[in-house]
Amino acid sequence: MLDTVKEFASEFFVTGDPLILGAQVSIALALVAIVFVLTYFKKWRWLWTEWLTTVDHKKIGIMYIICSILMLFRGGVDALLMRVQLAVPNLEFLHADHYNAIFTTHGVIMILFMAMPLMFGLFNIIVPLQLGARDVAFPFLNSLSFWLFFAGAMLFNLSFVIGGSPDAGWLAYPPLSGIEGSPGVGQDFYIWGIQISGIGSLASGINFVVTILKMRAPGMKLMKMPMFSWSVLASSVTIMFAFPILTVTLFLLFLDRYLGAHFFTVDAGGNPMMYLNLIWMWGHPEVYIVILPAFGIFSEVVATFSKKKIFGYKSMVFALMSISFFSFFTWAHHFFTMGSGANVNAFFAVTTMIIAIPTGVKVFNWLFTMYRGKLSFPTPMLWAVAFIPCFVVGGMTGVMLSVAPADFQFHNSYFLIAHFHQVLIGGVVFGYFAGLYYWWPKMFGFKLHEGLGKWAFWFWNIGFYVCFMPQYALGLMGMTRRFNEYNFDMGWQPLNVVSTVGAFLMGIAFIFQVWQIAHSIRFLKKDNSGDNWGQGRTLEWSTASPAPFYNFARIPQVVAQDDWWEKQQRRERGEAEPAEVAAAEAAPLEPIHMPKNSGIPIIMSGFWFLAGFGFVWDWKWMIVLGLAGVAVTMLARSFNYNDDYYVPVEEIERIEAAAARGAN
Amino acid sequence: MAQAHSHSHSHDHGHHDQESLKQFGFWLFMITDVILFATLFATFIVLRDNTASGPVGADLIEMNGIIISTFILLTSSFTSGLALLSMNKGDKRGLILWLAVSALLGLSFIYLEVNEFIHLVHEGAKISTSAYWSAFYTLVGTHGLHVSIGIVWMTAIIIQLAKRGITPVTKRKVNIISLYWHFLDAVWIFVFSLVYLMEVM
Amino acid sequence: MRPVFRKLSALLSVAFLLVLSGCSEQYLVLDPKGPIASAQKDLILITALICAVIAIPVFAITAVIVWRYRDRPNRKASYKPEWEHSTKLELTWWGIPIIAIAILAIVTVNYTYKLEPSVAIESEKEPIEIQVTSLDWKWLFTYPEQGIATVNYFKMPVDTPVRFKLTSDMTMNSFWIPNLGGQLYTMSGMAMTLHLMADEEGSYYGSGANFTGLHFAQMTFTADVTSQDEFDAWVNEVKTTEEELTEAGVEQLKMKGSHQVAQYSSFPDNLFYDIMLQYVEEGETGAHAHHMSSEDSGQDASSEHNH
Repeated sequence: MLDTVKEFASEFFVTGDPLILGAQVSIALALVAIVFVLTYFKKWRWLWTEWLTTVDHKKIGIMYIICSILMLFRGGVDALLMRVQLAVPNLEFLHADHYNAIFTTHGVIMILFMAMPLMFGLFNIIVPLQLGARDVAFPFLNSLSFWLFFAGAMLFNLSFVIGGSPDAGWLAYPPLSGIEGSPGVGQDFYIWGIQISGIGSLASGINFVVTILKMRAPGMKLMKMPMFSWSVLASSVTIMFAFPILTVTLFLLFLDRYLGAHFFTVDAGGNPMMYLNLIWMWGHPEVYIVILPAFGIFSEVVATFSKKKIFGYKSMVFALMSISFFSFFTWAHHFFTMGSGANVNAFFAVTTMIIAIPTGVKVFNWLFTMYRGKLSFPTPMLWAVAFIPCFVVGGMTGVMLSVAPADFQFHNSYFLIAHFHQVLIGGVVFGYFAGLYYWWPKMFGFKLHEGLGKWAFWFWNIGFYVCFMPQYALGLMGMTRRFNEYNFDMGWQPLNVVSTVGAFLMGIAFIFQVWQIAHSIRFLKKDNSGDNWGQGRTLEWSTASPAPFYNFARIPQVVAQDDWWEKQQRRERGEAEPAEVAAAEAAPLEPIHMPKNSGIPIIMSGFWFLAGFGFVWDWKWMIVLGLAGVAVTMLARSFNYNDDYYVPVEEIERIEAAAARGAN
Repeated sequence: MAQAHSHSHSHDHGHHDQESLKQFGFWLFMITDVILFATLFATFIVLRDNTASGPVGADLIEMNGIIISTFILLTSSFTSGLALLSMNKGDKRGLILWLAVSALLGLSFIYLEVNEFIHLVHEGAKISTSAYWSAFYTLVGTHGLHVSIGIVWMTAIIIQLAKRGITPVTKRKVNIISLYWHFLDAVWIFVFSLVYLMEVM
Repeated sequence: MRPVFRKLSALLSVAFLLVLSGCSEQYLVLDPKGPIASAQKDLILITALICAVIAIPVFAITAVIVWRYRDRPNRKASYKPEWEHSTKLELTWWGIPIIAIAILAIVTVNYTYKLEPSVAIESEKEPIEIQVTSLDWKWLFTYPEQGIATVNYFKMPVDTPVRFKLTSDMTMNSFWIPNLGGQLYTMSGMAMTLHLMADEEGSYYGSGANFTGLHFAQMTFTADVTSQDEFDAWVNEVKTTEEELTEAGVEQLKMKGSHQVAQYSSFPDNLFYDIMLQYVEEGETGAHAHHMSSEDSGQDASSEHNH
């Protein structure tokens, strides 16, 4: 009996590695501590009613952001471990199996469990406010999306301490990721973790398309919509078309592994190269899914801190949409070296280059938004300005990679690694940081400490260049990605050491940011007035910070592209409001129709988690229980007609009065 | 709902908006489902000749059964249309009746499909037999799974109709399920022509 | 503060360009020892130049705008908050990237056909064939004409085109000798063709460039380029002094694990195509067959596997 338990435990838990043992112990301690604190301060009920069951887009957004910061920490630690291993030739710090697991989880976590939730967090918090709406189109579905993401992320991260991490690369090419190449459960955690959170992402995509197309405040024609909302629309449409492909691809890989199907196997007619095609048909649009909203953020931030309208609005919209369109026709540039022939390579090389055109136009438009503007440089603007040269270099190396015959020399080398980190950090991360700093006061009613923010900014930037510029050179020296060790005589060490130093500088920058947040929460004064930067342009700045749960006491009437800014201008000039605005503002308050909180999303996601965990270990009872639970919770949702309520006028008046007092 | 009725006109308008939003959202969901099926079709087309010297569809598939299932599914699409007509006339009993008929026809379709799969497995064509059969079972099975979910969903709506009658909410639900049902029918036409007809010919 | 940053990034870009053009021996990609690598290097430099022509002015414009239009008391620069559109300007910067990309596209398409790896290199000499098989985690080289085999090491004569035939035992790898030219995937069930040539004797580094699992990092090898005489002498020596690679030896090689450099005086008949087609059933069509039929006719795989 005891022996079977022991045997099970040694297979179930990852054992024998001091690093992982330490993680296991600290996870257990942290869990105990959280449970203790919640119980001691009697916060369980508060947690459940205020957060876990909420359908409020702002709270869901905050939960997304918290998760993504935690994931940034984990993905960052992975990165630092890799950099330590590579700083010294033939170092015996991480064994090959551990190193392989770490670069796999680093990639998956940074893209899917860090960038995506940070993106959805910003979508959630800002889009309804910017559109003058009370919530997203489907608040319940929105909550479900979050909890599915959470369940998927937890399932994926669990593999670190239970069963073993996946180690076949972040896109898990078969046959390596097939059952023969990866017999362990790590790859199953990968499939189900991503699959479950992917369903949530798909639902979010639909949710935001409907929100943007159908929920805009009266008067906000599509061509008056703020650029960030445009970028969210472009990104969400891309999600809608790309994520079903991911769902199918992972499902087929699962069938190969679980039922012995032959989609991607080398035998019985399977075709591993089909997997490469399918995964990149999703994977390439995926990188545009995360970069497009960053473009939107830059447009907002640059216009705000230049005190000037965005330059070339129509060009910008057209560029966003055409990038989204072309992103579906470039996937094969990820494997020019497959030998598909010159016709195929020439086609995909040219389509890839075409994307550089609208992207280049956007850069010029940002520059000319600043031109003849009045520039100030608080932290969001710093990130936006730092983004431009960084992204230009990243884009240029991207163009170099798109030159198919040259890519035969760049492919899978550190040149490629440096390129995509430059566009993902210099583009996506800088962009989301700009957005986070810019909208932080809108979320919490206080700004983040500027001084510490500048330290973080400089450490991030200098760290970035120190880390990744040498990697371009390393690629040209023939250093291949995913090597866990190299010989001294390759001459790769000096640049690798530099790169490692850069990585740690970014690590320090992250510590500055954590410190900045802690310091700001502790010491900074609340400022509940809506327009925290004093020069906001769009509707989110017209309501209190943080916005009341119903966002707007009266739905605003929009007349201009930068509606809030124009309104301030009219006020300064002493002009009267246009008739329709005046009428909307004078209308009496009415009860507000709001969705009720629901526990179903978190419970349903719990069952998805169970089903996924059951599939990973092939425990039939758990699979049945999980899927049955999913079905029952879905039916429970269908039969529940009591899912909305009205906020009475008196309560709205009370909240509005309190907000007005807070602002003074 | 009772609370909603006590309020002014604009609130009913709000409810109406909710229902049309959900219908629009469902159209978008169907676009994603089209992509999902398109990917599976593409997979099938790529792998259709990779039979690994094993049996091929033409050897084992009995077209008569497939034609009967096709006919059943087409009929159920028609009856779900009749359900919609009854609903628009305000005829609750007719609505429930035709929905039930559609669900039962769907059930017989699934019954035939499961039987077909069992027959094929007995003949030695399992999902692990070759890439061809992997793609076959996955494509046809995914459609079958969609139909099965539709049946459960339709049953749930029938119960809700019986309890609550025809309200804006149940009306929207019936609209959506019938949309879904027609969609599955359209997908089946593609499955039928690509997987069955072309295979036998 | 901002200008400091501008300068920093400009400096870094200049450093980057210096790195690109400074052909120290360690920069294998920029130190070509054969016509393919040399053409690829030219292409890399051309594209880098086109990119730089656009990027450097953008840096300059960014720096000037950020400096000139910063908000400060008594500044002289104009402030026009409503200035949001200029057809002339916007046409200009739709035009600039379109022209640049058009030029680049023409160059790229041209080179794509010229450097297509399956196209033979023009030379007076007959190409020799070396069959390359990636195994977990070692490289097996077989010489069908000479009848010898090596592991993680091979020799080739200088100034002679080499037709590499690439396949894999299972996992997909990528065969890369940066000094000689770009890489190509090795895939199970397929025999890809990569033509390379060396025009200088020497010992060149080669590696697997696509991750294949545990001991992937051990999949490096050395490509020795020697004179034809030396090469012939080496072949003779291997034939007379080394042991045979037996069927049992092949099974040993197929087992997962890294491997020392080794040489064999002979190898089982048709070994390369046996490994390539080990999972492919007779009469199979589809992706495998397509790839095989696109190969040059002399070594038609499908005719050989009916043994």
